[in-house]
This record gives sequence, C-alpha cells and structure tokens, in this order.
Amino acid sequence: MRLERRSHVPLYLVITAPIVAVVIALTLAAGLIAAAGVNPMTAYAEMLRGALGSRLSITETLTRATPLILTGLAAAIAFRARLWNIGGEGQFFMGALMTAWVGHSLGLPPVLGVAVLLVIGMAAGAALLAGPAYLRLRFGVDEVVTTLLLNFIVILFVGMMVEGPLRDPMAFGWPSSVPVNGDFRLPDLIARTRLHIGFLIAIAAAGVVWLILSRTVFGTETRAVGLSPSAASFAGISLPRNLMAVALFSGAMAGLAGSMEVLGVTAMVTTTMSPGFGYAGIVVAMLAALHPAGVVAAAIFVATVFVGADAMSRATGVPSFIADVIVALCLLTMLVALLFTTYRVRK
Amino acid sequence: MSAVLELDGITKRFGSLTANDSISLTLAQGEVLALLGENGAGKTTLMNILFGHYAADEGIVRVFGQQLPSGKPRAAIDAGVGMVHQHFTLAGNLTVLDNIMLGSESLLRPTTSRAQAHKKLLQISERFGLPVSPDKKISRLSVGERQRVEILKALYRDARILILDEPTAVLARPEAQRLFETLNDMAKEGLSLIFISHKLHEVMAASDRVAVLRGGKLVAERATAETSAEELAELMVGRKVERPVRQDHKIGTPVLIANEVRVEAGGERKLDDVSFTIGAGEILGIVGVSGNGQASLGALLSGLTQPTSGALTLEGRDVIPLGPRGMIRAGVGRVPEDRHSEGVVGELAVWENAVLERLRTPEFAWRGFVRQAACKAYAATLIDRFDIRGATPDTRTRLLSGGNMQKLILGRCLSIGPKFLLANQPTRGLDEGAIAAVHSELLAARAEGAAILLISEELEEAVALSDRIQAMVKGRLSDPIPVGEADPQRLGLMMAGVWKDGSDAA
Repeated sequence: MRLERRSHVPLYLVITAPIVAVVIALTLAAGLIAAAGVNPMTAYAEMLRGALGSRLSITETLTRATPLILTGLAAAIAFRARLWNIGGEGQFFMGALMTAWVGHSLGLPPVLGVAVLLVIGMAAGAALLAGPAYLRLRFGVDEVVTTLLLNFIVILFVGMMVEGPLRDPMAFGWPSSVPVNGDFRLPDLIARTRLHIGFLIAIAAAGVVWLILSRTVFGTETRAVGLSPSAASFAGISLPRNLMAVALFSGAMAGLAGSMEVLGVTAMVTTTMSPGFGYAGIVVAMLAALHPAGVVAAAIFVATVFVGADAMSRATGVPSFIADVIVALCLLTMLVALLFTTYRVRK
Repeated sequence: MSAVLELDGITKRFGSLTANDSISLTLAQGEVLALLGENGAGKTTLMNILFGHYAADEGIVRVFGQQLPSGKPRAAIDAGVGMVHQHFTLAGNLTVLDNIMLGSESLLRPTTSRAQAHKKLLQISERFGLPVSPDKKISRLSVGERQRVEILKALYRDARILILDEPTAVLARPEAQRLFETLNDMAKEGLSLIFISHKLHEVMAASDRVAVLRGGKLVAERATAETSAEELAELMVGRKVERPVRQDHKIGTPVLIANEVRVEAGGERKLDDVSFTIGAGEILGIVGVSGNGQASLGALLSGLTQPTSGALTLEGRDVIPLGPRGMIRAGVGRVPEDRHSEGVVGELAVWENAVLERLRTPEFAWRGFVRQAACKAYAATLIDRFDIRGATPDTRTRLLSGGNMQKLILGRCLSIGPKFLLANQPTRGLDEGAIAAVHSELLAARAEGAAILLISEELEEAVALSDRIQAMVKGRLSDPIPVGEADPQRLGLMMAGVWKDGSDAA
C-alpha cells in the first residue's frame, strides 16, 4: 500500500473531508460518552437541542462563534504563509486587556470610541505576534515555541493586572478588571440576547480576509511564500516583509476577537473569559482547510459543540469537558482527512 | 549468454494512462543494457515494477528463471536485484558502513557484526573497483561518492542485477565518465546492468545494447555497436528532431559588464574577481563542473545576492542595488538553475506563475488588487506564443512537464524583450524535443539583440549556442575564447583550471 499524490483535488473531496472528519470525531467521542454511562445518541440529541433548539440557544451559539471566526481567521492567514501562530489565545487576551484598560476611562463619542477601541485591540494582538515573527526572521527562532509559550505569559500577565493595577474594586473580591465605559458596549443584534453586532463584524472580517487573500497582490504573494519560499524570493517577493505583514494581520484578527468579546459580552477582562478561543481557532482554521468562508462554518460548528456540551452536561451528567475532547478529536481526524484529499491510496 | 532477467508482457495502467504497454525485455549475464526514452516514456515505471515497488497489472518478471512475486521489493532484493535510485536514500549523519548495513541485518539480532561487514565491504569495493572509506560520514561525501555508496549498498546485498535510474542526472561530466568505466568493469566481473537514461551520448558510450521506450511501448532494441545517435534520437522522439543551428551575425555594443566582481559568503570566496562582457545579440557560455560558483553567479545576476566588491552594469547603469524586482524592471530576464524550487510555485496556477515576477506592475495590478483578467490573457498569449503544451492559464503549474514548465519560465522572461537574459542550465533534465525548443528560443532572443549569459554543464550545448566561452573553476573565470577555438581538449583544460600556458587557477 502506498500513497500517491493526486494530480487534482476534486471539489467534492474538499467539501466532504471536514464533514467526514467531524463524523468520525463524533463517533470516537461517542465511545467516551458511552463509557460515562450515557447513550451517545441521547447525549448528542441533548447537545443539538442545547445549541440550536431555541431562539435563545441559537443566538448563544452565534455569540460563541463570533470570537472563533476571528481566531480561526487569525490561524488561517498565518498558516497559509506557513507562519505557525499558535498564540491566538495570548493575542486574544492582549486585545481584550488593552480594550478594557483604555476603554475604562476613554472620553470619546460612542461610535468613534468603539472604533478606536477595536483598533487598539487589533494593534495589541498584532504587536504580540510581531515579536515572535521578528525572532523567527532575525534569528530563526521557532515561532511554534515562542507563540505557544507567550500564551501563558500573557494570561499570567492578565491575572496580575486584574488582581492588581486594573482590579475592579466593585467586584467583591472577584478577580476581574475594571469595566469598559458603558457607552462603548457593542449594540445587541437581537434584543434581550447576548448576540451583538460583533457577529456581523466577524462575518465581514471573513469577507475582507477572503478578498485580500484571493484578489490582492499581497494575498497572491502570501500564497506563493507559503507554498514555495525559494520560488517566491526568486520572483522578487521579500520574504521578511511578507511574513511580518502576515504576522501583523493574523495577530490583529485574534486581538479583534478579544476586543469584541469585551465590548460585546463581558465588559471586563477576567482570566477565565476564554474557554480556549485561541486554541479552538486553530481547529476552526484546519476544519476550514484555511478558507475564510469555511472558517465561518467551522466556527459555528465548534461553537455548537461548546454551547451544546454545557446543555448536554446539565441534562445527562456527562462532563462538559467532552466538548474539548470532541474539538481536539476533530483536529486529529481533519489532519488525516487532509492527507487523503491530497493523496490517494494505491495498492 | 543466458538471460538472467526476463520481463514478459508487462502492462501497467495509472487510471486512463497506460504507462507500460505489454513490454517484454531480456537481460543477459554480463551485459549493460541502456533503457532509453524521453521523460514520461515509462522507463522508471518499468524498473519500479521489476524492483517490486509497483505491481504490474499484467505480465511477469523472471529473475534467474524464477518468477518474482509482484509488488515485493524484498523478494527482488533476495533474488539478487539491486536498484540505485536517482535521488539517493542515504542517511547523512551516519557513516558509509552504517548506511550499507542499515536494513541488511535482522532487527532482532542483539549485536551487529561490524568487523565482518567492514571486511565484506572492502572486499566488494576492491573487486569492483569502487574505492570508499567505510567510516566517513555520508554528509562529508561528494555526490559521486554518495552514488558509489548506493551501488555498494546494492552489491553488499549480493545483487547480481543492478538497475540505475538516471545515474548521471546528478553527476558532473568527469564523474559520469568514471561511473561508466566502473559499470563496464562491473559487467566484466559478471554483473548484469540496466541503466535508465535520456541522454544519447551516454547510451552510445556506455551500453552494449539499447532498448528504446516511447509512450509506454518498447519501440526498438538495438545493439549499440550497430546503431547511431541519430537513429536512437529519432526512435526515442518518434520523429526527426534537429537542434537549431546558430547563425553568425554581428555582435552589438556591450550590454552587461561585470568588472572584478567578488562575492563572499560564510567566509568563503564564492566568486573571485569575476569579469566578463556580453554584447547585444551575443551568447556568452560559461562552462565548468557545477559547484564551482555557478550558483553564486546565477544568484548575483538574478539580484538575489550582493557582491562584496566589483561593478556590474547594464548598459552603463549600476544594477547591484536593484534586487530581483529592480533587475526585471531594468530589462533582465532570469531563467533559474532549478525550475522546480526557484522557477515556479508548483501549486499555483500557470497564470499566477506567469505574472509572479511582475505582480506589482500596473499591467497586472490596480491599487493592490490583481487584475486577473489581464493576467490570464497574458498567460494565454505565453501559452500560445511559446507552445506550452497541456496548459491553460488555470492549470496547476506542477502538472506541466519539465519542458513545458521551462517554456513558461523562458516565455515570461522573453515576453518583456529583455536586454539581458540569464539562462542557468536551461535544458537540464529536458528531453530532446524540449531542448530543441529552448535552444531555438534562446537563439531567437539572440537574433533580436538580447545579451545572453548561458551557464551550462553540457559542452555540446555551450558550443552549439555560444559566441564566446569562458570556463568557471573555483569561483574564477577564464579569459573568453571564441567558440571557433573551442575544441574538446581546450575546453577540458579550461575546465580543469588551466587557461594560460603553465598557469593554473587552482
């Protein structure tokens, strides 16, 4: 048995690969659910009901999908250029922290203030990835290590800030930052739900990313750099400049996710505000095969798992950690599925 | 002579493509058989079936009268068949002896008998005239030495039939000659050999018998002594192919002048005070064994490296600070040495590769957006004008054959009407038809007044195309000689570093 490279990957494979991967992941997770003493079909039905069974649950799922779309875009942009940004989590928190910090005492008209705060969030995320990108370009330091470890540093830094300088004195000893000025909250998309216009901003961001990657000089150069750095540089594309631009773009998307989560949902920063949005973004990007439109769909799927797992947990007693297991399994099965879209098995 | 190997009616299909169409061949003991054919003729597929990498759809392989089970490399090895692949399969951080022993011993044996293996290796090395140092690390060996290790590896496993897939593709001329001498010695010792090639002069020089494959079919078998290079070329291509001939014409004023250019990298002098001049409508050939600074010269003229000293001017203008994009804008066309790693991005479409070098020019971009319609139209004209077969603007570039990929690269350079063209190994790995096409394009550009620097390891090519020739040895360039004075002896001396009476570049 051997693997042979396909000369052409048909579209139906591109579309079915993530679906098959998800089905296999859910099947594997069913084994764990059964081991917890619950009928997997019941559990998955509860999950589906909890995530999509009512108007409220649907809006909750879309609220959860909003940061995932953006962290998914962050990973997709970077991965296309073979910049392995594993630091989405840290960039998310950096964006959130700077937004809350500046937003607490910013004196600007609401619309302008929101715009300024979103830009600050993006700048914070971009700045955080600029460091590892510079180290990679200047000294060849592996960005997988630097971006991954920066996550822990940033989260501990956030912990320090919310216990210390940014601590909210009104929070009854709960470690959380001071809230942003209420003028700068993102308006609700649907009244009396948590779904805010950030969801539309995230969708728009996916559109912009698609446009940039597929239609611009920068996007074409980025694809060339990702696919063959030697040919790209022979053609006169500056690898350092391209990679740095990619890093800033990618970091900005993750920072925007954190910024909007503060302005749209939490109003403040806590160390527990992210259930791993940054890491799940990697799964989202892989499930989407790095395509921006796929990122939106994959983010909604992952959000469904997260939101549904909580409901399932309440109804059946299966720990909601099963959501993390399912998402992680999806990454593994998707990687295998990608292998089979690029290669075919021959006897 | 008895047949040690018989292939009987071998057929192999990949989807709709029939790579091998009922091929029958025999190999006699002590014989050197050349398997000749263009890229894609099915040579490698056939050898992979013989060696058990692929299972044939039909047909059988007999080795010493015994039928081989299909699809089992281990059975082929045990039957005495050894294969030397075009791309070596050696572990660079292990020694020669380690590499040779690797895989030949049972995993379950607690100890390895290095002393014994050492002895056996030296015996084989002596018997077949393949000198080797068993304790050297592979990474410290030259390409030719690595190939020798690959051959020894097969012989160590008691191979009596040796298959070599394009053995000279990675070798310089003198190394290739040494290899062929070795092959003949091995045949005299009773080994039977098959080597795969698409180079006519090698086949003529080194084989006893030739089998010609074309389009998956065995079209002819000839005793080498009874055929000619011309006949084989025609059999291989299926029609008469003639390389174009350079016409004498008047050379114009100097276009590209390099004066005492020095390139240093990592404390090493890659180019050592190199000077040359190329006039309009002139082809200057740089000959020499690869690895003597050709790569640095190519990188310099592509705008990828900066010299430490010296001057490089194009029509009087300093081009050193320009970089790749600036060079292209200034009218430089660049054909890179390795079309796969530098020339094109295989996973991108033909149109994207067609414009990649000039993506930021107004012709192909508007306010940062790619003008796709303009790009595709441009790619279509390239495909049409340069006869790039099997391509549409949207085809993935890696699906093109080497020759058509090269035509794409050449096309995008020539379509801007370059003042200077760098052609670095422009026909390496191409088959006869494609070589002829590339040669005519180069000569056409010359006729239009382009100054062309041709870096080539193929002496025939350099002599056929160039107006003047310089040799490159250890980063230095000889003085130019007119092509009329370039006989093989003179070129051989130049390439050995002897270019003035008694003076030695080394």
